[in-house]
Formats: sequence, C-alpha cells, structure tokens
Amino acid sequence: MNLSAQLFTLIDFAPRLRRGLRSPAATIGASVLLIVIIVAAFAPWLAPSDPLRQDIALRLRPPGAGHWLGTDNLGRDILSRLIYGARPTLGIAALVMAAAAPIGLLIGIVAGYVGGWTERVLMRLTDIVLAFPQLVLALAFAGLLGAGTFNGALAVALTIWPSYARLARTETLSIRDSDYLAAARMLGIRSSRLLWGHVLPICLPFAHVRVALDMAATILSLSSLGFLGLGVQPPTPEWGAMVADGSKVIFDQWWVAAVPGAAILIICVAFNLLADGLRDLGDPRHG
Amino acid sequence: MTMATQRLSTLFFRHAAPATLLRIAATSVLSLALTLAGLLAVTFAMSALSPIDPALQQVGDHASAATYAQARHALDLDAPLPERFVHYLDRLCHGDLGVSTATGQPVLGELREVFPATFELSTIALLLSAMAGVGLALLSARWPGSWIDSVIRIISLLGSSVPIFWLGLVALALFYAHWHWAGGPGRLDDAYEYTIDMPSGLVLVDSWHSGMPGAFASAVKHMLLPVLLLASYVLGSIARLTRTALLGELHQEYVTLARAKGAGSSWILLHHVLPNCAGPMLTVIALAYTNLLQGAVLTETVFARPGLGRYLTNALFYGDVPAILGATLVLGIAFILINGTTDMLVRLLDPRQR
Repeated sequence: MNLSAQLFTLIDFAPRLRRGLRSPAATIGASVLLIVIIVAAFAPWLAPSDPLRQDIALRLRPPGAGHWLGTDNLGRDILSRLIYGARPTLGIAALVMAAAAPIGLLIGIVAGYVGGWTERVLMRLTDIVLAFPQLVLALAFAGLLGAGTFNGALAVALTIWPSYARLARTETLSIRDSDYLAAARMLGIRSSRLLWGHVLPICLPFAHVRVALDMAATILSLSSLGFLGLGVQPPTPEWGAMVADGSKVIFDQWWVAAVPGAAILIICVAFNLLADGLRDLGDPRHG
Repeated sequence: MTMATQRLSTLFFRHAAPATLLRIAATSVLSLALTLAGLLAVTFAMSALSPIDPALQQVGDHASAATYAQARHALDLDAPLPERFVHYLDRLCHGDLGVSTATGQPVLGELREVFPATFELSTIALLLSAMAGVGLALLSARWPGSWIDSVIRIISLLGSSVPIFWLGLVALALFYAHWHWAGGPGRLDDAYEYTIDMPSGLVLVDSWHSGMPGAFASAVKHMLLPVLLLASYVLGSIARLTRTALLGELHQEYVTLARAKGAGSSWILLHHVLPNCAGPMLTVIALAYTNLLQGAVLTETVFARPGLGRYLTNALFYGDVPAILGATLVLGIAFILINGTTDMLVRLLDPRQR
C-alpha cells in the first residue's frame, strides 16, 4: 500500500465525523473553528469597511450603529480589523505547526527506530530544548533578530518541535519490534519507506491531539509577541497588537482592548475543546 | 544520625543503597550541566546572529572608521566565533554580563535589583495556586464525578486558553478603575514608591520594615491583582494533573486492602494516596512554577511592576542586546534549576524510577 492510500484509510472521513459528533466538546470546538476559518477566508466580503482606513474624527467611538464594535485610537473600524486579524492569527499558527510538527516527528521516529547513540544524542537535544523557557526564548529571539512575522513564527516553531519528537519516539519504540514491522521488512520494505509508510501513520493519531493543543499555545505565544510589538507589524491588523493598541485607553475605552483579546480567548478555547474531544474519543485505531 | 532524620530518610528514600542515590545525583547533575551548556550556546548564537550592532549603538553612526573598529575590538566583536564563545563563557564565569546599552550600567547589577521582585510575585502566586489546586484535586478525588470535576475542567480550559496580558488589562479596568477594589499599576502608591528604601527588593518585606504607616497595605493592594491573576493562570493545570495522579493511585490494590481493613475514604486519600503522589505532584508544581515565571514576564509588563519580566520587555523595546541576553539567561537558568532539581527529587523519592 502506498503512502497516499494509507493516509486515505487513516482519514476515512464519514465514520470519523460520526464518531466526532458524539463528543460535544469536539463538536463545539470544531464548529467555532469552522466559523473563524470561514470568516478569515471571506474577510474582504464580510468586513464592513477597510481595516486600514483611518478617520480621526471618528476615533474611539463606543460600539453602536455604523461601527458595531466601536473604533480604535486611529478611528479604524474594530470589527473589520477583527475579521482581517483572524488571517495572520490562524495562518501563521498553522504555518508554525506545519514547520515544527514534521521536524519533531522525523527526529522522534529516527531516534526511536535507529536507537543507540543516534537516539541518545537526538533525545538529549530534545530534552535540552524542552527545559528552556519557551516564551522567553521566543521573545528574545524575535527581539534580537528583528521584530516581524517571519522571525516571530520561526522563534515559536523552534520551541515546539520537541513534544512531537518525544511523542513519535514513544510510539516508534512501542512498535519497533512488532510483527507488523517485521512483516513489512520481510516484504523488502526498507529505510525511509518503512519509516514514512509504516511508522509515521502509527504516530499521526496521537500527533493530531497534540497539534490541536499546540495550536492554542502557539496562538497565545504569537499574540504575546504581537502584544509586545515583536510579531506582525502595523498597520496589518493582528489580535495581540490590537490589544496593545487598546491598552493605552483601557480605563476609558475598554472595548478597544477587550474585543480582540476575547477573540484570542474564544479561538484558543475552541482548539483546546477540540483537543479534549479528540482525546476523549480515544485512540482512533481501535475506534 | 538522629532518630528523626533516620526516619525521614527511610521514609523518603526507601532503603536505597547510598551508591544508587549517588548515581542518580551524578547523572542529574551531568544532565543539568549539559542543558546549561545548551542554553549558553543558544544565547550566544542569538547574539552572534543578531543584526543589531552593539558597536554601532555605542559609538553612533557619525563615528570614524577607527573609533568604530576600536569599539568592535573592545566589545570582542572582531574575533572568530569560536574564540568569541570562549571569551563569552570566560566573562560569564567572572560575573560579567556586559553593560546595558540603554542605561550604561552593568547588566548583572541591574538583574540583581529586579530579580527579587519577580521571585516574590511568582512564589506567592505558586503557594496560593498549589494550595488551592491540590485542595480542589483532593475534593474531586474524594467525590469523583461531582460538580467539582466540571469546575476543574473549566478552570483548566480557561487557564490554557486566556491571553494573560489581556486578562491583566481587563482585571485592571474592572477591579481598579471601575470598582476600586485593588491597587493600580506599579508596586506601591506614588506616595511610597520614591520614599521607601528597597534593600531586599521584596516589596512586602521592605514596606513592612519601612515603618511608614500604610506602606505595607499599599504593597498588598498592588500585589493583589497580579498575584491572583498568575495564580488562577496555573491553578487549573495543577488541579487537573494532581486529580489525574490521585485517581490513578486510587485504583491500586493497596487502596482496596486498606478499604477491606475498614479505613474510611478520606483517611485513605490523605494518609495513603496523597503521600504516594508526592512525585507526580512535585512535577506538576514545578511545571506550574516555570509557567508562572513566564507568565510574570507579561504580567509585570501589563501592571508596570519592576521586575525581571519588565526589565526584559523594556530591553526588547530598546534593542538592548546585553540586557536581553542577561535576562534570558537568568530566566533560563531558573528554569533549568527548577526542572533539574525536580527530576532528581522525583527519581530519589520514587523507587520505581531508579
């Protein structure tokens, strides 16, 4: 069986969806995420006005008709900025996961399968990175290498791969001496095809719970960078930076900071609910 | 050895041979040293890769090429990288963390001034959240399936989802600006901020000893919000993980035996199960401590409290390379020490992990 067929059986959609609906947590989390993804995708059509258009005469308006969530200190419509802000928040977090998770899985699978000194060196490296203060290192990294989207994302990605390496190694060790792999080897499947085609699919069901959890943590880290001015740069709307804009007027115009922060909270709750639900649904291999 | 210490050591170390204990301690120290070396390599690499030029910062862009070259030499920027790393380690060993480009003061001295405040804030928050978290976990293990489970689940869900910098702002807007229940930004009211000596750097201790009426109350009022904020931030994870450990232990056979011998549920929980969960609980609380230190960086910034966290965010704002590296290094070392000692203690405490 080739890799795409394996992935296809792994993601047999209909039974999974039915099973997923049995978990209220996963259902709620997934629904909220779906809404946010749709909003981000159709931002130009959904936003009532241009998120960058400033109107000093209309600055710091309270929520009401015309500007449903009020305006910020430059008179920009907060609802429009919120809608456009979903794009960097979701997009960059997804890119970070897409970069970090495969690297972590690769390191873990190689360490677990090869064993010996390779394993010791790789896992020692993993433990070292796990013992670091991840947010602090991400802040320092972004601060020293220059604020910006790419450096912020890279800083976060560099600190989250170790959990995937740990997970993949544990799973690989558990099947290294199994009949399943022995059979694959006997059929002449070797090296990278064995790892990608036969070991990786075993790790994926565990990895997707981890991805959902890490999406929440990554969004929090990225928005912290944004809040400190080290992430996405103005005038691009980003939820963390929007909270920072509102922090100067928090005592009088509370909505400027409250609204984007609430959006971060909601999307992180959704990812955590999804992760909880997926975990409760158990190991899909036996589902 | 007196009776008491002998009893303590058999209680905790369960008759392990001294050689085993020594081996555990040695491997733990070795792995600690390796992690520390990794941290030093990372901070050095970050400073070497950084496009910020400290020499240019020092002399300004109108300086002649000769002055610039001299500054580069003085800052050890003209040597090859491996040599610079050795010099970096050598300076660290002598307590030289460089001079802050923003203030012109030695970074080590500045860090020494701000560290106690962060230690105070996060330690008080840890004590509060550990007591509340373990209490909640015990209640939910005593009555499994009750509403306490849902409370723990919700607190832990919110704790891992809320942007702490935003929660701080909302708390300030509500409890300080709107209801006047708590103190505002800063660590003291303005009347005390510039009149009280801070010999220890711990605001509660120093305001207590200042003898100024109302100073201590002011310090407490200003500490209320950030401490509660940080405590609630990790409370959920402490409660949830401790609960999992307690429930796992409740299924052991010795619990059934104790029950068969007529012990009550609460007695079993407090006298048999809780002590056996010491290892996992230690790990959970250490994890919370490291999370609190990171949370303190953003909390101090939002509440404008002097401390390591605000020092770091200020340094980031000014592009003050030595200060960024120094603060990162101190936080990193605190992390590694907390993780390392916990690992060692857990392995020493639990005979199954030797």
